[in-house]
Amino acid sequence: MKTISQQWWRLLGITRKDIKVYYSKGPVVISGILFPIFLALTFTIGRNQSTDSVITGLVGMTLFFAATSVSPMILPFEAQARTLERLMSCPVRLEIIVLGDILASFVYGLAISLVLIVIALFLGITISAPIVFGVAVLLGALCFAAMANIFSVPPTNLPATTNMIGTLVRFPIVFISGVFTPLDQLSGWGRAISYISPLTYFTDIARHSVQDKGFLPVGLDLAVMAAFTVLFLVLAMNLHQRTMTKRI
Amino acid sequence: MGTDLINIESDNSLAIQTTGLTKHFGQVLAVDHISFEVKRGELFGFLGPNGAGKTTTARMLTGVIVADEGSALVMGYKAGSLGAKQISGVVPEMANPYVDLSGWDNLMLMAELYGVPPKDAREKSTSLLNDLGLLERKNDKVQGYSKGMKQRLTVCMALLSDPQVIFLDEPTSGLDVQSSRLIKDLLYNLNKAGKTIFLTTHDMDEANQLCDRVAIINKGKIVAIDPPEKLRMATSRLRSVEVSFASAITLEALARLPGVDSVKKLGDKYQLYTAVPGDLVMTLSNYASSNGLKIISCNTLAPSLEDAFVALTTKEVKSA
Repeated sequence: MKTISQQWWRLLGITRKDIKVYYSKGPVVISGILFPIFLALTFTIGRNQSTDSVITGLVGMTLFFAATSVSPMILPFEAQARTLERLMSCPVRLEIIVLGDILASFVYGLAISLVLIVIALFLGITISAPIVFGVAVLLGALCFAAMANIFSVPPTNLPATTNMIGTLVRFPIVFISGVFTPLDQLSGWGRAISYISPLTYFTDIARHSVQDKGFLPVGLDLAVMAAFTVLFLVLAMNLHQRTMTKRI
Repeated sequence: MGTDLINIESDNSLAIQTTGLTKHFGQVLAVDHISFEVKRGELFGFLGPNGAGKTTTARMLTGVIVADEGSALVMGYKAGSLGAKQISGVVPEMANPYVDLSGWDNLMLMAELYGVPPKDAREKSTSLLNDLGLLERKNDKVQGYSKGMKQRLTVCMALLSDPQVIFLDEPTSGLDVQSSRLIKDLLYNLNKAGKTIFLTTHDMDEANQLCDRVAIINKGKIVAIDPPEKLRMATSRLRSVEVSFASAITLEALARLPGVDSVKKLGDKYQLYTAVPGDLVMTLSNYASSNGLKIISCNTLAPSLEDAFVALTTKEVKSA
């Protein structure tokens, strides 16, 4: 029991370190907010979409991009700077190192999304089911952070390589997840593909909460997101166990 | 989780025990079934040429990489377990503090990762930074530190948790004289205070001055383990007599003298290698008087640790 509490404090130490070293930088914070806004503008200008619809997509995209942007590059950066060797010689379990990176990504995703949510509220957007929406934001941030961590499993020490893997996965996900086109407007095969993306379920909850017109039952959305989160967490920790020492 | 902390029953006088430790990298056998022991409170040197397996061994002992075969215990804990890591301090081959953090923040991070209470961490950090001449720069980001300062900070990070065993991988390599001396003095004092030190080094003088015993590793195998003095003396064929004459003399004439294995000219001096330096001094004296030569200086030289190291590692290369 003592070991678990010790490892918990060490997990927080790694998270704090990641936030200080990788996330608390002006360009990272600004690009976390601006990038999804410009992407949303690109795909909505001239399409006659309602503000509600744009905002739900925007919140989903912001949470997704923020929680997945930096995380895949942390381990390659650490290996390159030899700080990973330092961490691995400390009395900290490997899973805790991975979980610390995920947690930092979760905090960053959450913080960036909150900025947009507050802006949306100022613009007059109302959230009809704030608790469900809040749970979805928390679950989504953790789910996407864990997913992004898997991108850095290949034991390369080049951040650009994991960034490329991340980009190859993240952009298609945004386009198949009902961010720009709601699920009910997708064709049958389009909807079938969208179900493999965890972002689909977050976007659906966001539409339930803001537009009162989600496609799937909220309970199902939350359950699937929780299942994806557990799957990604287990995969991230197990796969990194296999490749971590190959980075040294 | 709990098994990581179990202290396996082992010889209480030993700090490190390895048995048949082996590591491959692909087809390359980096460390080949090495076995050795380090006593508690000992300052143990681990010497070898580049690529001999020193760093790989240190990394297996500190749990950074996993051995393919064999076992190692650190203070009775399985090497690489949380228990072993908790009582160890590590200074890796390359200084690796976080350059985007200040020196102080790096130390506080280590305190969190080793579970050092905040008050103790602050006191110990201040004391270590002061001892290693970094206190005035503690709030500066590490990216502005010199190489020597980074290495000194790395040493502070390793010592913050007051470890029982300290692993240092070439801690003074490439450092300025001041940083190097500070680290050597600190190691000496830590060892005097009862800490076990495992020191990987290239520097023969450092090993000779500091270490109680040294192991020499070459091509992944340990070729010798002994106190530095004993290793030097064991290399008897490298004893020599250094002589200089007032007038010129040929190398061939000296090489023909009884008891001389080989001769080397060093400036205005000749170094004559022999197994019997005392007899050779007599022979040289007789030779000089019978040939009308005047001896300016004559000294017997014991082999240095460097001589022993080169002899042992070269022998291995030749036999391989």
